[in-house]
Amino acid sequence: MSFYLVLIALIGLTVTGYYLGRSRAIKSVDGNARILHSRPHYYGYFVALWCGLPAILVLAVWTTMQTPIVESIIQSSLPASVTSDDPAQLSLIMNDIRNLASGNITSGEITSDLRETADRFNSLVAIGDLARFGVILSIAIAAIAFFRSRITPSFRARNRVERILLVLLIISSTIAVLTTVGIVMSLVFESLRFFEKVSPAEFLFGLEWSPQTALRADQVGSSGAFGAIPLFAGTLLISFLAMCIAGPVGLLSAIYMAEYAPTKVRNTVKPLLEILAGIPTVVYGFFAALTVAPLMRDTGLDLGLVISSESALAAGIVMGIMIIPFVSSLSDDVINAVPQSLREGSYGLGATKSETIKRVILPAALPGIVGAFMLAISRAIGETMIVVMAAGLGANLTANPFEAVTTVTVQIVTLLVGDQEFDSAKTLAAFALGLVLFCVTLCLNIIALTVVNKYREQYD
Amino acid sequence: MTDIVMNSSPRPTDHNQDRAAKASDAVKRGLKKRYAAERRFKAYGITAIAIAMGFIAILFGTIISNGLPAFSETVIKLEIDVSEEIIDPTKERDPAVIRAANYRKLVFDDFRALFPDVTARRDKRDLTKILSSGATFEIQRLVTEDPGLIGKTIILEVPVAADFDLYNKGVISRDVGEDDRRLKDKQLDWFDALVEKGMIETRFNTTFFTHADSRDPELSGILGAAAGTFFTMLVTLMLSFPIAVAAAVYLEEFAPKNKLTQIIEVNINNLAAVPSIVFGLLGLAMFISFFGLPRSAPLVGGMVLALMTMPTIIIASRAALKAVPPSIREAALGLGASKMQVVGQHVLPLAMPGILTGTIIGMAQALGETAPLLMIGMVAFIVDVPGSITDPATVLPVQVFLWADSPERAFVARTSAAIMVLLGFLVFMNALAVLLRKKFERRW
Repeated sequence: MSFYLVLIALIGLTVTGYYLGRSRAIKSVDGNARILHSRPHYYGYFVALWCGLPAILVLAVWTTMQTPIVESIIQSSLPASVTSDDPAQLSLIMNDIRNLASGNITSGEITSDLRETADRFNSLVAIGDLARFGVILSIAIAAIAFFRSRITPSFRARNRVERILLVLLIISSTIAVLTTVGIVMSLVFESLRFFEKVSPAEFLFGLEWSPQTALRADQVGSSGAFGAIPLFAGTLLISFLAMCIAGPVGLLSAIYMAEYAPTKVRNTVKPLLEILAGIPTVVYGFFAALTVAPLMRDTGLDLGLVISSESALAAGIVMGIMIIPFVSSLSDDVINAVPQSLREGSYGLGATKSETIKRVILPAALPGIVGAFMLAISRAIGETMIVVMAAGLGANLTANPFEAVTTVTVQIVTLLVGDQEFDSAKTLAAFALGLVLFCVTLCLNIIALTVVNKYREQYD
Repeated sequence: MTDIVMNSSPRPTDHNQDRAAKASDAVKRGLKKRYAAERRFKAYGITAIAIAMGFIAILFGTIISNGLPAFSETVIKLEIDVSEEIIDPTKERDPAVIRAANYRKLVFDDFRALFPDVTARRDKRDLTKILSSGATFEIQRLVTEDPGLIGKTIILEVPVAADFDLYNKGVISRDVGEDDRRLKDKQLDWFDALVEKGMIETRFNTTFFTHADSRDPELSGILGAAAGTFFTMLVTLMLSFPIAVAAAVYLEEFAPKNKLTQIIEVNINNLAAVPSIVFGLLGLAMFISFFGLPRSAPLVGGMVLALMTMPTIIIASRAALKAVPPSIREAALGLGASKMQVVGQHVLPLAMPGILTGTIIGMAQALGETAPLLMIGMVAFIVDVPGSITDPATVLPVQVFLWADSPERAFVARTSAAIMVLLGFLVFMNALAVLLRKKFERRW
């Protein structure tokens, strides 16, 4: 009784519910639908919604809960000699049981006990699946029977259906809030667990970052230093380099397009620039690692400079290319929002176009441009793939763009990719970094959006 | 003004004319400079645009010139005598025996027979390195599927090893010193001999589109990643489209203007700007470690991407709903429709082109997204093509990331080719969005 079978059966029942409800309504007035309070299909929707929604909710809960419950049953049935040992051993055995049950290879040799437990696991899952099928279908059928019996000619089906739909709409609109709550909760809880092991002051102000935790007590390099300053510095350095490219190029092209370019040029250049925003970041990362970084290194060699092949410069330049369209399209909007009267006033006084732009339009548009730059910086700070592929891994506290630095996002990825124990300081550190990243970008965004909105209101 | 009043000269007009002439002289003298500044400023703008366009050209140029070679592959035509002695000495055609037979020997013996003068052990080993390991698997597959082939001679077209493929395409050349390349001169001589015999052919690279990932570049393809992308996008679309449209409809058409809806609105705007990697952390902490959903599965990937694209779709849908003029709503209400009927039967259908455009753009974003998927374990090396949303899978951008990290030189071309496929999809989706907007957008 697989999940899909239950789902298909449920969909079938829901459709049946629709027709049963509709036919019942029509029958209750002997085919004269005009006597009914609502049009007949609303009676159908009413039954179908009540048949499908509760059942699908139960199905979702059941499906997520079944495996944990089965596992806890199996775990409690294991002999005490296994469960009393350390938790790592237990999780290994549970893994073996799971793998054996699904026909995969196991870590050790298959004992008859293990085989028996795996069979029991499978039979429990089978029983669970069968019970799920039975329970879901009976809920659906019971709902059809009950709500169909409530249909009378004066039953206000349309209002009921509309109320259900409205509730669904409200639930959907809260998902966005729930996502934020989920992000904040998962980041905060894991970070709190991290701060139990490492003090927040050490994390935020420490100068050394080497997240290796020791497996043995006497291991070399087991210090496990979690000072994030080098990461913040690296992130800022790369973002700064990126803004050095994206700022002037984006702003100047926005000015040209808004003030000088004939419509034809504007209509071709603008979409072309927006192509840059649509390219996946992994492509930029590949470009940075394969083309730009070696080019920088070789140019450096020719000039007698030592440029690391994972230099901050390469990552920064490519990231700058990536955020050009953010700067240019936001600045373009902002410049276009400056009222025409300001321009005309300036021309009337005999100013040239560039003087008007420099002395009238840019000062007027400044708040909006600052907002655009802040959004671009927040984008650069949160960017991951370019730096993962082109920047370094070693935490290096330097302001030299020719050296390799690492960033917050690079460290999050390196700490979390691969199988990790979920409660080591190393893994949890990633969530603490994520929390910092989230807070910083959120602040930048909120400030930028407020600035831009204030600015828009000013000229509306 | 004050000047004139204070001026006690008997001929003020003359004096003014003088001043005006002086001023206009000053202006004229300055004009040249000012016009030069004007031209300079305009040139800065053009340069900025030229730089941006140059970046686009270089980016695409590099990717395409790197990726084009991957669309052809070098194959070798081998005549293989499927000898019964090696495959099935018992002659019982037991499938287990046939499957476990020594196909390596079968292929290698026939291949070595082409070069009878190669006798040294080491040379023999170097010689067989021309063949891809896929040759053995290919013949094994053919024979197990059709045991009737045993005892016959078949002609097998199999890819050559990736380095020889590069040599054939001219990427690796003899000009480089022997110590600086992975292929020995001897191997190149043998390969040239094969070319002379007409056994080497270049054909369109079907392997790239019909295989999943592999450690051997010549056997790796994007089918696995493409299937993973399909399942992930399916989950994303199924979740984000209905929920986002419902949320947009509620916020735009039903929500009372109060603190709560204002919070939701601010929230959605900010969510759109949260770094994607944070969504990955959410997926890891919530979906995988709290709810215990499977790692590396398109189901979780799709859910994370759905949360990520939802704000984009909500914002676009609200704009589309806002663009429907109030007169439509008023007319429907006047005819006695309920609020829900107005929205469902009139406003939503009219806003649909705009909503769909927003959805396609959101999906295009999700299609190119890599970082959050790294967090939830979709970076595993997966050789099987996933068959459902709970199988371990990877997606195209992650495949690009994995290949870009591989040290083998042949993967550079594969990576670029995979990027070209990915960009092809994106161009298609964006073109569709533009088309949809052009065709169905109504100006009221």
